[in-house]
Amino acid sequence: MATNADQTLDCSGMACPMPILKTKKAVDALALGQVLKMVATDPGSVSDMTAWTNKTGHELVATERDGDKYVFYVKKAK
Amino acid sequence: METEKANRLAIIAAHGTLDAAYPPLILATAGAAMDIETAIFFTFYGLEILKKGKADHLQVAPIANPAMPVSIPNIVGMLPGMTGMATGMMNGWMQKAHVAKLSELLEAASEFGVRLIACQMTMDVMGIKKEDMIDGIEIGGAATFLEFASQNAISLTF
Repeated sequence: MATNADQTLDCSGMACPMPILKTKKAVDALALGQVLKMVATDPGSVSDMTAWTNKTGHELVATERDGDKYVFYVKKAK
Repeated sequence: METEKANRLAIIAAHGTLDAAYPPLILATAGAAMDIETAIFFTFYGLEILKKGKADHLQVAPIANPAMPVSIPNIVGMLPGMTGMATGMMNGWMQKAHVAKLSELLEAASEFGVRLIACQMTMDVMGIKKEDMIDGIEIGGAATFLEFASQNAISLTF
Protein backbone atom coordinates (compact mmCIF):
# COMPACT_ATOMS: atom_id res chain seq x y z
CA MET A 1 0.00 0.00 0.00
CA ALA A 2 1.74 3.15 -1.15
CA THR A 3 1.37 6.34 0.83
CA ASN A 4 1.33 9.67 -0.98
CA ALA A 5 4.50 11.67 -0.62
CA ASP A 6 5.28 15.33 -1.24
CA GLN A 7 9.00 14.74 -1.73
CA THR A 8 11.17 11.74 -2.46
CA LEU A 9 14.71 11.31 -1.18
CA ASP A 10 16.89 8.53 -2.51
CA CYS A 11 19.56 7.43 -0.04
CA SER A 12 20.33 4.18 -1.84
CA GLY A 13 23.95 3.15 -1.49
CA MET A 14 24.53 5.45 1.47
CA ALA A 15 25.84 4.18 4.76
CA CYS A 16 25.26 5.52 8.27
CA PRO A 17 25.01 8.38 9.10
CA MET A 18 24.25 9.82 5.65
CA PRO A 19 20.61 8.62 5.35
CA ILE A 20 19.78 10.37 8.60
CA LEU A 21 21.67 13.54 7.65
CA LYS A 22 19.94 13.77 4.29
CA THR A 23 16.56 12.99 5.87
CA LYS A 24 16.97 15.81 8.37
CA LYS A 25 17.78 18.33 5.66
CA ALA A 26 14.88 17.16 3.51
CA VAL A 27 12.32 17.20 6.34
CA ASP A 28 13.51 20.66 7.47
CA ALA A 29 12.71 21.90 3.98
CA LEU A 30 9.15 20.55 4.04
CA ALA A 31 6.09 22.46 5.15
CA LEU A 32 4.29 21.27 8.27
CA GLY A 33 2.20 18.19 7.51
CA GLN A 34 4.05 17.26 4.32
CA VAL A 35 5.38 13.74 3.82
CA LEU A 36 8.86 12.71 2.73
CA LYS A 37 9.42 9.34 1.07
CA MET A 38 12.95 8.18 1.85
CA VAL A 39 14.49 5.15 0.18
CA ALA A 40 17.56 3.47 1.65
CA THR A 41 19.54 0.28 1.13
CA ASP A 42 21.26 0.40 4.53
CA PRO A 43 19.53 -2.16 6.81
CA GLY A 44 20.57 -0.09 9.83
CA SER A 45 18.23 2.68 8.69
CA VAL A 46 15.21 0.68 9.81
CA SER A 47 16.18 1.12 13.43
CA ASP A 48 17.70 4.57 12.83
CA MET A 49 14.60 6.06 11.24
CA THR A 50 12.46 4.98 14.20
CA ALA A 51 15.03 6.45 16.56
CA TRP A 52 15.26 9.64 14.52
CA THR A 53 11.52 10.22 14.44
CA ASN A 54 11.25 9.43 18.15
CA LYS A 55 13.90 12.00 18.97
CA THR A 56 12.93 14.76 16.59
CA GLY A 57 9.17 14.45 17.09
CA HIS A 58 8.35 13.89 13.41
CA GLU A 59 6.07 11.03 12.48
CA LEU A 60 7.11 7.80 10.83
CA VAL A 61 3.86 7.24 8.97
CA ALA A 62 4.73 3.98 7.20
CA THR A 63 7.61 1.69 6.28
CA GLU A 64 7.83 -0.74 3.35
CA ARG A 65 10.24 -3.22 1.82
CA ASP A 66 10.77 -3.01 -1.91
CA GLY A 67 13.25 -5.72 -2.87
CA ASP A 68 16.57 -4.72 -1.33
CA LYS A 69 15.27 -1.25 -0.56
CA TYR A 70 13.70 0.08 2.64
CA VAL A 71 11.08 2.77 2.12
CA PHE A 72 10.14 5.23 4.86
CA TYR A 73 7.35 7.79 4.89
CA VAL A 74 8.08 10.63 7.31
CA LYS A 75 5.56 13.35 8.09
CA LYS A 76 6.83 16.71 9.27
CA ALA A 77 5.05 17.09 12.59
CA LYS A 78 6.59 20.27 14.00
CA MET B 1 9.23 13.05 38.71
CA GLU B 2 10.30 12.98 35.08
CA THR B 3 14.01 12.71 34.32
CA GLU B 4 15.16 15.36 31.92
CA LYS B 5 16.32 13.93 28.62
CA ALA B 6 19.85 14.83 27.60
CA ASN B 7 19.86 17.29 24.78
CA ARG B 8 23.55 17.74 24.38
CA LEU B 9 26.22 15.43 23.06
CA ALA B 10 29.76 16.11 24.25
CA ILE B 11 32.47 14.04 22.57
CA ILE B 12 36.18 13.88 23.26
CA ALA B 13 38.32 12.81 20.30
CA ALA B 14 41.77 11.98 21.64
CA HIS B 15 43.05 9.61 18.95
CA GLY B 16 44.06 10.23 15.38
CA THR B 17 44.21 6.86 13.68
CA LEU B 18 41.84 6.08 10.81
CA ASP B 19 39.80 3.64 12.89
CA ALA B 20 39.54 6.01 15.86
CA ALA B 21 38.54 9.08 13.87
CA TYR B 22 35.29 7.62 12.57
CA PRO B 23 33.31 7.02 15.77
CA PRO B 24 33.36 10.63 17.01
CA LEU B 25 32.47 12.03 13.59
CA ILE B 26 29.72 9.55 12.81
CA LEU B 27 28.10 10.00 16.22
CA ALA B 28 28.44 13.78 16.14
CA THR B 29 26.84 14.14 12.72
CA ALA B 30 24.07 11.69 13.63
CA GLY B 31 23.51 13.57 16.88
CA ALA B 32 23.25 16.90 15.10
CA ALA B 33 20.82 15.37 12.61
CA MET B 34 18.68 14.37 15.59
CA ASP B 35 18.58 17.97 16.82
CA ILE B 36 20.99 17.22 19.66
CA GLU B 37 23.33 20.13 20.40
CA THR B 38 26.74 18.59 19.72
CA ALA B 39 30.37 19.46 20.30
CA ILE B 40 33.57 17.52 19.72
CA PHE B 41 36.63 18.38 21.76
CA PHE B 42 39.78 17.37 19.85
CA THR B 43 42.77 16.76 22.03
CA PHE B 44 46.17 15.03 21.74
CA TYR B 45 46.24 12.87 18.64
CA GLY B 46 42.66 13.85 17.85
CA LEU B 47 44.10 17.15 16.61
CA GLU B 48 45.43 15.25 13.57
CA ILE B 49 41.85 14.99 12.32
CA LEU B 50 41.57 18.78 12.25
CA LYS B 51 44.83 19.42 10.39
CA LYS B 52 44.34 20.87 6.92
CA GLY B 53 44.18 18.09 4.35
CA LYS B 54 44.91 15.39 6.91
CA ALA B 55 41.49 13.89 7.60
CA ASP B 56 41.50 11.78 4.43
CA HIS B 57 45.09 10.65 5.04
CA LEU B 58 44.91 9.17 8.50
CA GLN B 59 46.46 5.76 8.98
CA VAL B 60 45.89 2.58 10.90
CA ALA B 61 48.67 0.21 11.92
CA PRO B 62 48.26 -3.58 11.91
CA ILE B 63 50.88 -4.04 14.61
CA ALA B 64 49.57 -4.70 18.11
CA ASN B 65 46.07 -4.46 16.67
CA PRO B 66 44.75 -8.01 17.17
CA ALA B 67 41.17 -6.89 16.49
CA MET B 68 41.90 -6.14 12.83
CA PRO B 69 39.62 -8.25 10.62
CA VAL B 70 42.62 -9.60 8.74
CA SER B 71 45.03 -11.18 11.17
CA ILE B 72 48.64 -10.08 10.66
CA PRO B 73 51.37 -11.33 13.02
CA ASN B 74 53.16 -8.46 14.78
CA ILE B 75 56.50 -9.56 13.39
CA VAL B 76 55.10 -8.96 9.90
CA GLY B 77 53.10 -5.89 10.87
CA MET B 78 56.25 -4.06 11.96
CA LEU B 79 57.81 -4.21 8.50
CA PRO B 80 58.05 -1.03 6.38
CA GLY B 81 54.99 -0.60 4.22
CA MET B 82 52.68 -2.63 6.42
CA THR B 83 50.97 0.39 7.95
CA GLY B 84 50.34 1.70 4.44
CA MET B 85 48.95 -1.67 3.44
CA ALA B 86 46.63 -1.93 6.43
CA THR B 87 45.47 1.65 5.83
CA GLY B 88 44.78 0.89 2.18
CA MET B 89 42.84 -2.22 3.16
CA MET B 90 40.67 -0.34 5.63
CA ASN B 91 40.03 2.51 3.19
CA GLY B 92 39.00 -0.11 0.64
CA TRP B 93 36.47 -1.60 3.05
CA MET B 94 35.10 1.86 3.81
CA GLN B 95 34.63 2.60 0.12
CA LYS B 96 33.02 -0.76 -0.52
CA ALA B 97 30.54 -0.15 2.29
CA HIS B 98 29.87 3.36 0.95
CA VAL B 99 31.00 5.04 4.15
CA ALA B 100 31.52 8.79 3.80
CA LYS B 101 35.08 10.11 3.87
CA LEU B 102 36.26 11.83 7.03
CA SER B 103 36.53 15.17 5.22
CA GLU B 104 32.88 14.81 4.15
CA LEU B 105 31.85 14.03 7.72
CA LEU B 106 33.77 17.09 8.96
CA GLU B 107 31.98 19.25 6.39
CA ALA B 108 28.63 17.78 7.35
CA ALA B 109 29.44 18.38 11.01
CA SER B 110 30.12 22.07 10.33
CA GLU B 111 27.03 22.33 8.18
CA PHE B 112 24.87 20.89 10.95
CA GLY B 113 26.30 23.23 13.55
CA VAL B 114 28.51 20.78 15.44
CA ARG B 115 31.08 22.73 17.44
CA LEU B 116 34.60 21.55 16.64
CA ILE B 117 36.79 22.60 19.55
CA ALA B 118 40.57 22.17 19.47
CA CYS B 119 42.36 21.82 22.78
CA GLN B 120 44.71 24.78 23.25
CA MET B 121 47.03 22.99 25.61
CA THR B 122 47.72 19.98 23.41
CA MET B 123 48.06 22.26 20.39
CA ASP B 124 50.97 23.83 22.28
CA VAL B 125 52.34 20.42 23.29
CA MET B 126 52.25 19.12 19.71
CA GLY B 127 53.32 22.44 18.16
CA ILE B 128 50.13 22.80 16.13
CA LYS B 129 48.95 26.29 15.21
CA LYS B 130 45.45 27.45 14.30
CA GLU B 131 46.58 28.11 10.70
CA ASP B 132 47.54 24.44 10.42
CA MET B 133 43.95 23.40 10.99
CA ILE B 134 40.77 23.53 8.94
CA ASP B 135 38.48 26.58 9.09
CA GLY B 136 35.53 26.83 11.38
CA ILE B 137 37.06 25.49 14.55
CA GLU B 138 37.08 26.99 18.02
CA ILE B 139 39.99 26.85 20.44
CA GLY B 140 39.39 26.09 24.07
CA GLY B 141 40.56 24.33 27.17
CA ALA B 142 39.25 21.76 29.57
CA ALA B 143 36.80 24.19 31.15
CA THR B 144 35.25 24.92 27.76
CA PHE B 145 34.51 21.25 27.23
CA LEU B 146 33.33 20.66 30.79
CA GLU B 147 30.99 23.63 30.80
CA PHE B 148 29.34 22.32 27.67
CA ALA B 149 29.24 18.75 28.98
CA SER B 150 27.91 19.71 32.41
CA GLN B 151 24.49 20.67 31.15
CA ASN B 152 22.33 17.69 30.41
CA ALA B 153 24.78 16.03 28.05
CA ILE B 154 25.62 12.58 26.81
CA SER B 155 29.37 12.39 27.17
CA LEU B 156 31.50 10.11 25.03
CA THR B 157 35.24 9.59 24.73
CA PHE B 158 37.17 8.14 21.82
